[in-house]
Amino acid sequence: MNSRMRKAITISLPFIKFKAPVLLLLTGLLLVATAIAASTGAVSIPLETFLSGDLSSSQKAVFSFIRLPRILLAIIVGASLAVSGAAMQGLFRNPLADPGLIGISSGASLGVAVVIVLGGPITGVFGFYSLSVAAFVGGLITCLLIFRFARLNGTFSVIYMLLAGIAINALAGSGTGFLTYLSNDEQLRSLTFWTMGSLGGALWPAVIVAATVVIPSTILLIKNARKLNVLLLGEQEAQYLGIDSENLKRIIIICTALSVGAAVAVSGIIGFVGLVVPHLIRLTVGPDHHLLIPASALLGAILLLAADTFARTIISPAEMPVGILTSLIGGPFFLWLLMKQYAGRCGI
Amino acid sequence: MKIILTCSFLLCALSAQSGERQRMITIGGALTEIVYALEGESSLVGSDTTSYYPVEAMKLPKVGYLRTLSAEGILSLNPDLVILTDEAGPPPVLRQLKSAGVNLRTLKAGRSLDDVKRNIKSIAKILHREKKAGALIRRIDKANETLSQMTGNTPYPKTKKVMFILQHGGGAPMVAGTDTAADSIIKLSGAKNVVEGYAGYKPLTPEAAISLNPDVILTTIRGLKQAGGKETLLKNPSISLTPAGRNGHVIAMDSLLLLAFGPRTVEAALELNQACQGL
Repeated sequence: MNSRMRKAITISLPFIKFKAPVLLLLTGLLLVATAIAASTGAVSIPLETFLSGDLSSSQKAVFSFIRLPRILLAIIVGASLAVSGAAMQGLFRNPLADPGLIGISSGASLGVAVVIVLGGPITGVFGFYSLSVAAFVGGLITCLLIFRFARLNGTFSVIYMLLAGIAINALAGSGTGFLTYLSNDEQLRSLTFWTMGSLGGALWPAVIVAATVVIPSTILLIKNARKLNVLLLGEQEAQYLGIDSENLKRIIIICTALSVGAAVAVSGIIGFVGLVVPHLIRLTVGPDHHLLIPASALLGAILLLAADTFARTIISPAEMPVGILTSLIGGPFFLWLLMKQYAGRCGI
Repeated sequence: MKIILTCSFLLCALSAQSGERQRMITIGGALTEIVYALEGESSLVGSDTTSYYPVEAMKLPKVGYLRTLSAEGILSLNPDLVILTDEAGPPPVLRQLKSAGVNLRTLKAGRSLDDVKRNIKSIAKILHREKKAGALIRRIDKANETLSQMTGNTPYPKTKKVMFILQHGGGAPMVAGTDTAADSIIKLSGAKNVVEGYAGYKPLTPEAAISLNPDVILTTIRGLKQAGGKETLLKNPSISLTPAGRNGHVIAMDSLLLLAFGPRTVEAALELNQACQGL
């Protein structure tokens, strides 16, 4: 757009010069993680066999119907969660903001709880996808509700959205709690496992649906990176600089809601990625959204792919809920980084 | 003091004598089945929601699901004895009931035919129907002989490898490991549980489901419905790439019959054995 303004921002954010190397490094890491994920699993497919293309028919079937869609889904969902987290934190100018704030997770949980506890057996193809559909619809309805409350006085208010979000999340939470109370063993078990997240249901339809929602919204968010940078100065300042902040907020919320809604629908609730991956990037290479958003996408994909590879192999034949592992892998690393920063700043 | 003790002893003796007129509640489908099998249902005033066999048991007032009992629901039926499995709970509610003076009798949830027989004997003692119990146990033993003949006749390589799926919501299927009722009934029927690596019910990595090579998928009727029916289940790669999935070998049985370890357990094992052999 306006080349003078872009220049000004570039000067104020010196980290931009790292952009190409950082993205290259992360892409390389993602490729390594993918290669490792592709060659490990309960069915043994060694990397050499795989590269030589000398697979038995059962290995081929396992790879193409189970492992490959799962790897792709981990990448898509990880990227979606991390990018949405980065955009939310930019929009709310709050380091604690994450996609859960706009009600997607709580609404999706409520939708899933309704189907598991009250729905009873639903037959046919819809039965198989009923949880995904319920999660997506539940998440979007909650998000729309919060969005409406945020616009009560005509213009869209970030503060109202935060507060309405807290109240509506709590309401949805009590609904889920009530259904949990009504549930029997089996229902409780599936409900609990769902809230811990799993990529075990990765089938091609899920991958395709998630990709068609997540990829366009991620691209749209990357396109709005410059505007998000300006928004960091403050809402009014952004308006003076010619940003239609009203429109920007709408785009970001719609993009994140759709993207996270799709991610939650196919994988359940996976914590930590959306909240902490953007911080990891900010702590290491700075807060410029030009770099932050694509780098978050890559790092989110790497983290979730690594966590999921552990999830399906460490206690094989059983499977660990992946949500446990994202925090377990990312948490200590994040703390270490935080301590390092603190030590640097305070001269310890 | 002595007088009080004597009185309470007398009262106990009296209430034991009047077994026929007891107001009983059974918590646990298998225990309710045993009461009906011993024809002691006239003393039942209520049961829990897992007690749905025989059909008459569905008409009993229900005090809720066995793991989420509420004290007042049970007290409102004014029972003089509650027979419950050790799976019943929550524990605080059981303590409340005890402190409210309700007579609780906990029996171990069955995992083997010996457990079943022991529970039959315990309930028969409460109902004063030892004779009926003897006949019932003889019937079970006889059926068990038929079963062991059938399982004994199966040469080892023909032993079917069975994978029990509790539920399959599209993600990782929840599969029975060792130390589960499903594991016990599979073994009783002469088949082999395909999972040996873990205990309890755990989500199974779809790839592992394939590498375990099950010949037969066993599930409950409810579990199959939740998975969207047999067709949908067979379309999922974690099933379709197994020998069981390729040949469409899916067996669905009623969960109370299959897993509860009540008086019909040998029948269930026979039915499972037949179904496996018929494939």
